[in-house]
This record gives sequence, C-alpha cells and structure tokens, in this order.
Amino acid sequence: MPRAFAFRLKKYYSFYTGGFVMFVLALAVAEYMGMPDQWIGWTFMAATVALYAGIGIMSRTADVAEFYVAGRRVPAIFNGMATGADWMSAASFIGMAGTLYAKGYDGLAFVMGWTGGYVLVALLLAPYLRKFGQFTIPDFMAARYGGHSARSIAVLGTILASFTYVTAQIYGVGIITSRFLGISFEVGVFVGLGGILVCSFLGGMRAVTWTQVAQYIILIIAYLIPVVYMSYQVTSVPVPQLVYGAVLEKVTEREDAIMADPAQVAAREAYAARAESLSRRIAEVAAAPGPNAAASLAQLTRERDVAVAKAQPISHHAEPFPGHTEAERDTARLNFIALTFCLMVGTASLPHVLIRFYTTPSVREARESVFWSVFFIFLLYFTAPAYAVFAKYEVYTNLIGTSIVELPGWVASWSKLGLVAVEDINHDGILQLAELTLNPDVIVLATPEIAGLPYVVAGLVAAGGLAAALSTADGLLLTIANALSHDVYYQMIDRQASTTRRLAVSKGLLLLVALIAAYVASLKPDTILSMVAWAFSIAAACFFPALVLGIFWQRATKQGAIAGMLVGLGLTLFYLVGVKYYGMTPWFGITDVSAGIFGIPAGFLTIWLVSLVTPEPDRATRELVESVRYPSLKA
Amino acid sequence: MQLTDRHREYWRRNLRLTGGLLAIWFAVTFLVVWFARDLADIRFLDFPLPFWVGAQGALIVYVLLIRRYAKRMNELDTEYGVSEGSR
Repeated sequence: MPRAFAFRLKKYYSFYTGGFVMFVLALAVAEYMGMPDQWIGWTFMAATVALYAGIGIMSRTADVAEFYVAGRRVPAIFNGMATGADWMSAASFIGMAGTLYAKGYDGLAFVMGWTGGYVLVALLLAPYLRKFGQFTIPDFMAARYGGHSARSIAVLGTILASFTYVTAQIYGVGIITSRFLGISFEVGVFVGLGGILVCSFLGGMRAVTWTQVAQYIILIIAYLIPVVYMSYQVTSVPVPQLVYGAVLEKVTEREDAIMADPAQVAAREAYAARAESLSRRIAEVAAAPGPNAAASLAQLTRERDVAVAKAQPISHHAEPFPGHTEAERDTARLNFIALTFCLMVGTASLPHVLIRFYTTPSVREARESVFWSVFFIFLLYFTAPAYAVFAKYEVYTNLIGTSIVELPGWVASWSKLGLVAVEDINHDGILQLAELTLNPDVIVLATPEIAGLPYVVAGLVAAGGLAAALSTADGLLLTIANALSHDVYYQMIDRQASTTRRLAVSKGLLLLVALIAAYVASLKPDTILSMVAWAFSIAAACFFPALVLGIFWQRATKQGAIAGMLVGLGLTLFYLVGVKYYGMTPWFGITDVSAGIFGIPAGFLTIWLVSLVTPEPDRATRELVESVRYPSLKA
Repeated sequence: MQLTDRHREYWRRNLRLTGGLLAIWFAVTFLVVWFARDLADIRFLDFPLPFWVGAQGALIVYVLLIRRYAKRMNELDTEYGVSEGSR
C-alpha cells in the first residue's frame, strides 16, 4: 500500500515537472513573439499561485493527524523535498548569493552553516524525535521533562524564533510581487499573504507538505537555469559548479585592474573626501547641538559610514578574513566560526524543520529523509557560490566602465525600489565600482537581466523566489499556530476539546498570526534581515541542549532542563539586545548575530550542573528515553 | 522493560558511529576555517583550497556523512533486531 502511494506520487510529480517545463517554454516562445515583460511577470505569478492554491484545496482535511503531521505517511524522498522548500527561505534563495557577492569568502559561513546543521539533525535528533512520534517540539519537552513548565518555555522559544522568521518571508514576498507585478509593496505583502494562507489554512501540514514538494521543484529549476545559462555563455560548459574556478580567476584579475585604474582610484578618493567633510560636520553638530541634533547626527553618521566603506579598496573575492591588521583578521575568523556554529546548531533546533521528521512513516525513513533533505538543499547551496561569482563577473566586466547615461534598463527599475543606486561622484560620466550601490538582495533577482538573459528567465527566478518565501512562511505559520493550539490550548487549557474545536482554534490562530506578521512586514522594519539570523541563535540556545541531553543523557532532570533553557535563552537575548541596542561592548569581538555562541554552552553547562544536584528522573522518564533510542521498543 | 546486553551493544555502536562522523564534520568545518589563511595558497581545481572547501567540498562531505549514517544505522537495526515492528 505505501509503495503504491509512493509510486503514484512519483507519477504525479513527474507529470507536474514536465508540465511546468512546457509552461516555461511556451512563455519563452510567447516572449519571442512579442509578449510584453509585465505580462510575463503576471502570468508566472498567477499560474504558480493558482497551482499552490489548487494543491491546497485538493489536500484540505479535517483530521487531526493529517492536519498536524500529514498522516505520517510522507515517503522519505518527498519529505526531503518538502523539507528543502520549508528550509530554503527568501533568505536562501534571494539573499545568499547576494551575501556571497558582497562578502566573498566570509559569506561562506552561511553556506556551511545552513547545510552542515543537517549533520546534527541527522545524527542527534531526527530519528529519535520520529520514534517519540508526537506532534510538536514542546510535546517532546513536556514528555521528557514533565509538566507544563518545560512545555511553556518551549512554546515561548518556538514563537520567538518562528515569528521573526515568518515576518522576513512575507517581506521577501512583498519585494518580489511589487517588482514583478508593478504593485505597491504594501499591497504585495497582502497578496502574498493570500497565497500563503490558501494552503496552510485549508489543509494544515498535509496541504503544506504537498505544496512544498511542488514549490521545491519550481525553486530549484528557477535557481539553476540562470547560472547554467551564464556558465554556458561565459565558459561554454553548462555545469557552473565545476567551472567557476576559472571565472573566479578572471574576477580576481578584474579586481586587480579595478584597484589600479586611475578613474576608479579617483572615485574612491572622492568618497574619502566626502567622508572627511561629513566627519567635520558631525563634529560641528556634536559641539553645538541644536534641535533634532540626535536625528541629524544619526543621519550624518550613516552617510559618513557609507562613504568610508566606498572609499575602501576592494578585497579579493576568495580571500579569507580580509582586514588591515592581524587582530582584525583574527576577529573576523572568530566571528566566522561563531556564526557557522550558531547557524548549524540553530538549523538543528528550529521547530519548523524538526517537526517535518514527525511526518515520515518510520524511523528508518526519517533517517533516509534527512539524507534526501540535505541532498535537495545541497543542490541549491552548492550552486550559490557559483551564482555569486558569475554575477560578479558580469557586473565587473560588463557594467563597470560603461557610460552612465547608457546604463541598462534594470538599473532604473531596481532604483525605483531603492535597491540599486548610481552616483557619478567624480563627474566623468563613466560608472566606477565605488559609484554603484547594489543591495545584496537584488543580485539573484536581477542577475538574469544583468546578464542579458530573456525576460522569461527573470520571471522564472521571481516565481522561484516566491515559491521559496511562500513555502517557508507556510511551514513557519503552521508551527506557530500548532504550538498555540496544540500545546497551549489543547494540552494546557482544555484537554476535553473536540477535534473539530481544536482544528478551528488552530485555523483561527493561523489567520491571526499571519495578519500580525504581514502587518509587521508592511512597516518595512530595517533590522528584519538581521533578525532572521537571531532566530537561529534563539532557537539553538533554547532547544538544542535540552533536546540532545534529553535523548543522550538519561540523568538530565526536569529542573536541569528548565534552568538550562532559561539560562540559554536569557543569555542569548541579553547579549544580542545589549550589543545591538544598548552599545554593550562585545565579548571577544563577537557580533550580536552570533549571540548563541555564549547561550548554547551555557545551556549545556546549566543542565548538567543542575541535573547532578536534583533527584534522578523517575522510571517512566527513563523508559521514555530508552524507547526513543531503540526503534523496536514500545514507550 | 529490561534492556539486554544486545541492546546496550547496539547503543554503544550507535554512539561510536555518531562520534566518528561528528569528528569528520568538525574537522571539515572548523579546522579548515581556522587554518584558512595558511591554506589559501594551495590550488585545487582552479580554486584556492579553503574557498573550495567552504563553497563545495564541505557540503559534499556533509551529504556523504548523512548518507553513511542512515545506511549504517538501518543495517544495525536489522542486525540487532531492533527495527520497528520486529518485536
């Protein structure tokens, strides 16, 4: 029976993939025949969102196990794809290649962190959580550490980590829809919201899972095609991951040329002069503070910092930890390691990822499913560094040094959204590197246009970015709503609630949380992207020590776990809020993003110490631990 | 529910496997990053070695580690008669 189910799924999704490819080809032909760009954008958006809605409606359900864990019959490979889509958010799809473009080697912390974390998921958590087999992560905390306190803290951690994350997804949806549909950002946010809700609201985990598989297929095709295309154009080998080393060498040559070119030097010096004059203004304002001095000081300081950054000579793309002094380089290395560590442990602690492994039919399949997840994620992450190098190659060779009045059209259309800016500071009419400001978030979305690919490819990439943001938002919203409806309402308030009532509460909360998140996103909070990285530190410090010790150390006690979760979460929040908003001096130069580097060890240490001085866990708890370790044992 | 010696041996072998694979994970990630500046002059497939490891090599190793774990543990489950439903 399960085999027939898996076979049917393979058939459906093969047809679906073929259909999608045909659809893209048909649009390419239509573009060739003269279909306007705007129409192509609309067709892509409308077709894909209608498709997700269709799957959502077909998978609607009123069954609790179907709603929370898709009936626990998702085959390993499909759970792998769904996890991939769930995992790869707007930040991975839109942001990562851009970060790599901007930071070079130092951006690789994200690539390693967001894949290497799955080693921890696979080896330390997924099979054991599947064996435990309930609905949420707070469920595990409550069963292992007894009572409502552990559950409540876990619910708090789930909401803190997932909410910031979901807001960023909706923000990404707003950027994509407003650029490609030509509507305002605020309207785009609420249009995207509709696309998200139609799945999770009707069919819970079941609808979300099957939509995510469809979304994965779209997003991976959309991510690979432009890079393969560029790779073929530049090197005539269509395997970018293998050949971009040669392109990297060309980029390095261009970097040297840009460093030496007198016009480029002049542009950098112009920025240095501006930075100096801004510094003098800052000193004047600070010496004689008038009304609004604080606001204008902040504004001037921001402008000064931008000018200082633009006056800097560029460093080589592949150079690890560039810096002026040995101490600066060592701090950069320490931050790289801390960030990688926090992202990895955070990956293994984010509730929306972990609950996906409740949906497989068995422990065996849970193990295999982590393999498929990381494999499907790997396909994108393995390509992102190549994407960044090809984009840099295009910008450095084809854009820099052209006349400013003849800049291609994409510069203007992205400037309207404030994500690209050009300024002729040395008035020579030619674009120098320092004169171009590219927000990292446009690299992926604009690269097809930068490289002069057909507009269909740009539309495809936008549809892929939308798929990535929608799928992650779905998974996150469901996780938050389930924590509230299952853990708070059903487990802690009304144990007698009927299934109809439980699902109604869950759906109501889903709608409420989605609306709040969309509202927050529509305010365009400027710290939203750094807040995503916080989610990793928060989840890591709150969950990882208690989860891992709960499985691998029978002696870990209720008091130990509660203390450990509070200390880990508390220290992490204290550090990141302190450093970010209250000017606290960073410890060892670690930035606020990697706050978990202190919280995680503190959590482990606290659980260990407190457990040793509190009474051993009772027999039932010990048997629970044994039962998760051996797939055959009954709890 | 009484654990037998077979059960304990299964768990010990699981821990050994997990520990070994985590050691590789640690080396490929953190050791290479720590020495990245010293390794930067070594070339590999047209790339500086640390860049290649961070961008591609480490990722390949992660996928293989997880594959290895899933395969080996599923074998151990059968060997020790602890797979689900075998009771």
